[in-house]
Amino acid sequence: MKTMKLSKTSRKNFLTYALVILAFVILQALAAAGTLSSMLRGLLVPICAYVVMAVSLNLTVGVLGELSLGHAGFMSVGAFMGVTTAISLQNAIPSAELRLVCALLVGAVFAGIVGFLVGIPVLRLNGDYLAIVTLAFGEIIKSIFNNLYLGLDSHGFHLSLLDNKLHMEDGGRLIIGGPMGIGGIQKIANFATGFALIMVCLIIIFNLVGSRAGRAIMAIRDNRIAAESVGIPITKYKMMAFVTSAAMAGAAGALFALNFSTIVANKFDFNTSILVLVFVVLGGLGNMLGSIVAAAALTILPEALRQFADYRMLVYAIVLILVMLIRNNPTIRSFLERFRLSRKGGAA
Amino acid sequence: MSFFNSLISGISLGSIYAIIALGYTMVYGIAKMLNFAHGDVIMVGAYVCFFAASRFALPPLAGVLLAVVVCTLLGITIEKLAYAPLRAAPSLAVLITAIGVSYFLQNAALLLWTPNPKVFPNFVARRVDGVDKAGVEFFGGALRVSYVTLVTILVCLAIMAVLTIFINGSKLGKAMRAVSEDKDAARLMGINVNTTISATFAIGSGLAAIAGVLLCSAYPTLVPTTGSMPGIKAFTAAVFGGIGSIPGALLGGLMLGVIEILSKAYISTQLSDAVVFGVLIVVLLVKPTGLLGKQIREKV
Amino acid sequence: MKKALSLILALAMVLALAACGSKSGETETTPAPDNTPAVEADSLTFKLGGTGPLTGGAAIYGTAVKNAAELAVEEINAMSGVHFELNFQDDAHDAEKAVNAYNTLKDWGMQISLGSVTSKPAEATSAENYADRIFALTPSASSVATTAGKDNVFQMCFTDPNQGSASAQYIADKGLATKVAVIWKNDDVYSKGIYDTFMAAAPGLGLEIVSDTTFADGSDTDFSVQVADAQSKGAELVFLPMYYTPASLIFAQAKATGYAPTWFGVDGMDGILTLEGFDTALAEGVILLTPFNADSDDARTQAFVEKYQEKYGEIPNQFAADAYDCVYAYKQALEAAGCTADMSNEELNDAMIAQFTSMTFDGLTGAGMTWGTDGAVSKSPKGMIIQNGAYVGLD
Repeated sequence: MKTMKLSKTSRKNFLTYALVILAFVILQALAAAGTLSSMLRGLLVPICAYVVMAVSLNLTVGVLGELSLGHAGFMSVGAFMGVTTAISLQNAIPSAELRLVCALLVGAVFAGIVGFLVGIPVLRLNGDYLAIVTLAFGEIIKSIFNNLYLGLDSHGFHLSLLDNKLHMEDGGRLIIGGPMGIGGIQKIANFATGFALIMVCLIIIFNLVGSRAGRAIMAIRDNRIAAESVGIPITKYKMMAFVTSAAMAGAAGALFALNFSTIVANKFDFNTSILVLVFVVLGGLGNMLGSIVAAAALTILPEALRQFADYRMLVYAIVLILVMLIRNNPTIRSFLERFRLSRKGGAA
Repeated sequence: MSFFNSLISGISLGSIYAIIALGYTMVYGIAKMLNFAHGDVIMVGAYVCFFAASRFALPPLAGVLLAVVVCTLLGITIEKLAYAPLRAAPSLAVLITAIGVSYFLQNAALLLWTPNPKVFPNFVARRVDGVDKAGVEFFGGALRVSYVTLVTILVCLAIMAVLTIFINGSKLGKAMRAVSEDKDAARLMGINVNTTISATFAIGSGLAAIAGVLLCSAYPTLVPTTGSMPGIKAFTAAVFGGIGSIPGALLGGLMLGVIEILSKAYISTQLSDAVVFGVLIVVLLVKPTGLLGKQIREKV
Repeated sequence: MKKALSLILALAMVLALAACGSKSGETETTPAPDNTPAVEADSLTFKLGGTGPLTGGAAIYGTAVKNAAELAVEEINAMSGVHFELNFQDDAHDAEKAVNAYNTLKDWGMQISLGSVTSKPAEATSAENYADRIFALTPSASSVATTAGKDNVFQMCFTDPNQGSASAQYIADKGLATKVAVIWKNDDVYSKGIYDTFMAAAPGLGLEIVSDTTFADGSDTDFSVQVADAQSKGAELVFLPMYYTPASLIFAQAKATGYAPTWFGVDGMDGILTLEGFDTALAEGVILLTPFNADSDDARTQAFVEKYQEKYGEIPNQFAADAYDCVYAYKQALEAAGCTADMSNEELNDAMIAQFTSMTFDGLTGAGMTWGTDGAVSKSPKGMIIQNGAYVGLD
């Protein structure tokens, strides 16, 4: 029984890997052949970033079972620190690819650190109270980046809050300009790196979930008191999932920001957090493949709806409501269950 | 005196947050869902009142009543179409549907009423000696309280009082409390759970209309996104006071408004949002279920 | 039974959506503006694209630009000479969505562009314009970063720094005040850009900044603190580098506290008199620097305002006027350069750069406009004061 169950999860994991690789190969081939429209080509890197956001949030919401409404905050940290890294290393590392990897790593590390700091108070709470505190942290992070000034000259970094009091020497470069964000970014993000990032995140998540730690995390989700009573250190495992999730969001943020020539703190607001949450819930809690598909589909949807002109976002809202209603309709659910059962021969 | 002026601005803003927070807290207490579309119902209420007053020249009170009726119907419709089918679904699914409804209302308003801002009429100014008097002065003009502020605070207190009596005294109020305590037990006792939930949505949405009118009387620009930020702030206020608790919504709303204005006045206008949310985090760490929230003992 | 029925309905709707999605996705039709006579695809019909916020909080600016550009295209298509096919896409005031919208326009075959309406999205799309060699003339994205380092991106509006220093200069020259308060929007590039240069120029001109307060997106309803700060520090003039929506709230709240300084606005203030339901008495005495004035005696302006009002039921603001000018400037430049629609983007791009850096253009927002190689326009802002609910020229 146990081996069957394990093999079923790993089968699902391999299916996910295989589908992501397949999608990458097909899209890469289409792009090489020049048959991909500019619109879709432009969406490739943002889709990668949103996919990573979705699977990382799914780790918090689906696997750990805690609702987070401030995931965009970590994305913001990753975006700003990642771009800062890329700009500072412009002369030191000539290879754009290597610089991109450095930026992603630094973004992930900083977001991980922020995730840890935020996690200390947040993980003491439960349920909706935890959710509102993550929302609060997301807003605070946005507020701080909106008032942060960071410059670089030959003396190193200069930092100031609220006002631009950097006193840089001539030739110094203002990197983060408060509400102006970062401008003139070299667009070094590319689809291949985005794909690699998705794969790395999936490998980390699947291995974490399949490990002893992952089982402990899910035990906490299913019954905290029972988990505690068998001696699982709640805070440690919660923190492990939360920080991992934050670090991935940071890498996604760096990837996202390096795909545009400009980035502002307001981009990473409550609405972006909610958008990613929609991906996760639509794809199914704990279902990584679902998150990936939902993130890709919902990123393309508003663009594909452009021919509705003025009614575009209205149609988007209606589709969203209908999909939720249909997904949760008992009749359809039982129909799908039956279908699944008959196909798998009752293995589930 | 500037401190007292700020304090009064804060109480006025807080009263509006409190009325909006009531809608969140009632729906949450009974349906256990975060109704993110609540802020947009406020916006609809304000638009209805605006058009009633400016296009059809209805008297202010009739405009407010019309807004309440329209919003109540809207609330019931939304509940029946979008939320009721999801009664058995996980609460997160309902949350996403609520977000969908919020997008829908905002974009429908954008198409119906154009993005151009409307300036909300001031219903409560008084003409004295041919001059519009917007408020009363104390201490020789050092302390000013506008009529809008006075009305807002009074309406807020009145709503709280009526609602408390209603919840504790009436039959429907009792049913609401029972449903919020235990849905299945309530059903066994012969309470129609669906009707009770619909009634809660109706009351919450009716209150949203009043909140919308007050919000736009105090801050008179009306655009399709008017409701979204006050909605989030009020949601925060509801949690602050302890979600599910009616006095908690009042306390949370007032505190949030006062903290917001005072931090603008004395700390930094740039970081006021950060300060508000910082205080919220500290409060929740000390009292993890909000100021007046019920401490639910976990059963093993 | 009821459930099954609603389910079938829902499914049918989704299918219908998907069906019409794929259908029009393939044919890529342009959302042709209503009442526009169908233009034959002759050799002088150019594909003109643009992005701007048509949804979300900034939708008013994008809608104004879209409407006015449609109006101008309609007029031009009724004349002989060059014709346009306009495709205006929504970017929700977001850089990411603006780039998506730009790519959609590129797929459509955009030859020349109106850039983006708001500054941050324009910064993102102008980088794409530069990389793809598609010429852009933005009606209203006023930040310097929009044009900086891009030889083929031009502006119809003033740059923000220009407005900031011009405002300081104007206040000092006219001796309007010495003690000045500034209220600005902390998370807005437009407001911040003007604020920075105003603050840099003010001390040298003998202006003392006594109060400096901000607001941001989520906190743009209550201004009691900002107004009280300016009042208590004795500011004689309050400088408001912002759009008119928050400004209208500031006027109302200042009136409630009995504070009546001189209010000084920039071009974003234009439009305040046309706010539906706004008590224009609140804006009495407001001074603003703006290139456009809907109440002007100028015959072209009057014709434009009348047509716009007839078609869209609103009085056009300065965004609309800039967009209208953009389309006419394109007409003039394309005709002068003798461009044809079968030219490649690069050829059109080079022709337009040559034209715009050498031509002089008379529009609604100024006469004798010229452009520098940096893409900035040179036209002079007019000082206006609001008296009895109408603009009156100050000079």
